[in-house]
Amino acid sequence: MLLKNTYNEFIKILSKPRSYLGIGALTLLVGIIIFAMKADGRSIISFITSTFEQSLTFNGDVLNGNLIAFIILQMLIVHIPLLVALVTGDLISGEAAMGTIRMLATKPISRTNIVLSKFIAGAMYTLFLTIWLGFLALFVSRQIFGTGDLIVLNSDGLVILQDADILWRYGLGFCVAFLALLTVSTLSITLSAFAENSIGPIVSTMAIIILFTIIGSLDVTVFDNIKPYLFTTHMASWRSFFEDPVPFSSIIQSIVILVVHNVVLVAIAIYKFNKKDITS
Amino acid sequence: MDGETIIKVEHLAKRFGTFEAVKDVSFSVSRGDVFGFLGPNGAGKSTTIRCLLSLITPDAGSIELFGKSFKNNRTAILSNIGSIIEKPDFYKYLSAQKNLEIFARVSGADVSKKEIQEMLEFVGLGDRGKHKLGGFSHGMKQRLGIAQTLLHKPDLIILDEPTTGLDPQGIVEIRNLILRLKNEQNKTILLSSHQLSEIELIANRMVIINQGRSIVEGSVTELLNTQELLVRIEVDNARATAELLQKAYPEAIFKINSESELEVTFVKELVPELARLLVNNNINVHAIEPTRKLEDYFMKIIQA
Repeated sequence: MLLKNTYNEFIKILSKPRSYLGIGALTLLVGIIIFAMKADGRSIISFITSTFEQSLTFNGDVLNGNLIAFIILQMLIVHIPLLVALVTGDLISGEAAMGTIRMLATKPISRTNIVLSKFIAGAMYTLFLTIWLGFLALFVSRQIFGTGDLIVLNSDGLVILQDADILWRYGLGFCVAFLALLTVSTLSITLSAFAENSIGPIVSTMAIIILFTIIGSLDVTVFDNIKPYLFTTHMASWRSFFEDPVPFSSIIQSIVILVVHNVVLVAIAIYKFNKKDITS
Repeated sequence: MDGETIIKVEHLAKRFGTFEAVKDVSFSVSRGDVFGFLGPNGAGKSTTIRCLLSLITPDAGSIELFGKSFKNNRTAILSNIGSIIEKPDFYKYLSAQKNLEIFARVSGADVSKKEIQEMLEFVGLGDRGKHKLGGFSHGMKQRLGIAQTLLHKPDLIILDEPTTGLDPQGIVEIRNLILRLKNEQNKTILLSSHQLSEIELIANRMVIINQGRSIVEGSVTELLNTQELLVRIEVDNARATAELLQKAYPEAIFKINSESELEVTFVKELVPELARLLVNNNINVHAIEPTRKLEDYFMKIIQA
């Protein structure tokens, strides 16, 4: 029954226009960034690298597909949660608003299975968005700009990664980025179990992300103890794969915290939905 | 297997905050019954039905469906029930056929596309299967709702106010559909309504609830036959007829509507005698039309 209802959830997601809004927006944004970098990227890059050019050696063009992919990920990873929440925040509450949750809950399927199938479908949608982002950012950029060494400027300074040493980093980076986006998806579905309208969970998800991000960026001692446990702190962990050496222990810690968030949020949603009186 | 108890509700109570939606509702439905669940708006009908379908958890009382309680038997019970609560809601962005496919997949039975098409034809929507729900009228959605309740061939159909919001033609269509379910498929049907006339036309047993309590339960014929009718009489001279009837039935209540029409409140069994009396006294009778004072009856019962 779980599989059958998960299939149902896929059909619903695929049939909703808003599902394509995220994919369309992502495609447009990546297209704009690629166009901008093609048109004016060289002057931007030379401005940034001019101070290093005398002392460092690059293989290939600095303005290459690997760099463009990194820039795209940097820029868009902040916005994708909204695109994810736009679809997943609607999965339970949208049905409550439409009245179909009432029809569904009178069928011989457990409420736990109803919620789990929505989580699975939400996860698959998030995975598709992540893969689509990866395809656009990495494959299309590499096709247009070619390949080469990747220069990454982080807090410790400039890191140059050789072309042959990059793809596995992107692969694992996308996996961690997916886990971070999955946490957003799980959060919005859980909030959706508490609401009777579509907008509330979407707005609440974004509000929580903004609030946690602000708390995470505030250099105030009182928040130091909670910062490591906020999921937003770990949303940019994918970047760690572009450090040399890769800080695997901190990445694993981030993965554990994100997984714990997902498990706890799913458990809350199942408990809430099972206890809920469906009066819509 | 007629006579087997399909639904047994005892002393059901449900409160939302400080509001007691259902205080004490008890009734039972036997296999093959078309059971009228009658009560004015706000009486607690929908809350009771939601409890019957495990949409809400009662605070007190017990519910047994097919001899089982929901504890540990929820999916088994629901696999044998088809229902519409208040109004059927569907996915507007999907076609009628896709909607039925969605609900069929979680109905606990294997329903083929052919069976879905047959069901659409049964409710008169055979040519609308590919159309999206966005363009469906309320009546069409109600009919699709009934198709949805039948997909997995359940024994028990629960319909909550299925004719609410429909135009007269829609009401007749839904009523005929319910009668076909009763006559052709021998379903047990629980039909909630606030209209006594609807229950009278379709149901064989009924319970009346008001302010969260069940007031009276029994056979529709027995409950309604003991009640008075309003008889409209069309004659040449209404005033003279009224005088004659006043002498014969001093306790009857008369109302003269016009020179040729009067109304009298009467027990059903006395209507033939009334007709004989008028004819024997050479009164030209153009019409005798007994109509039940439904609202009066309803009010009398719920105020008792």
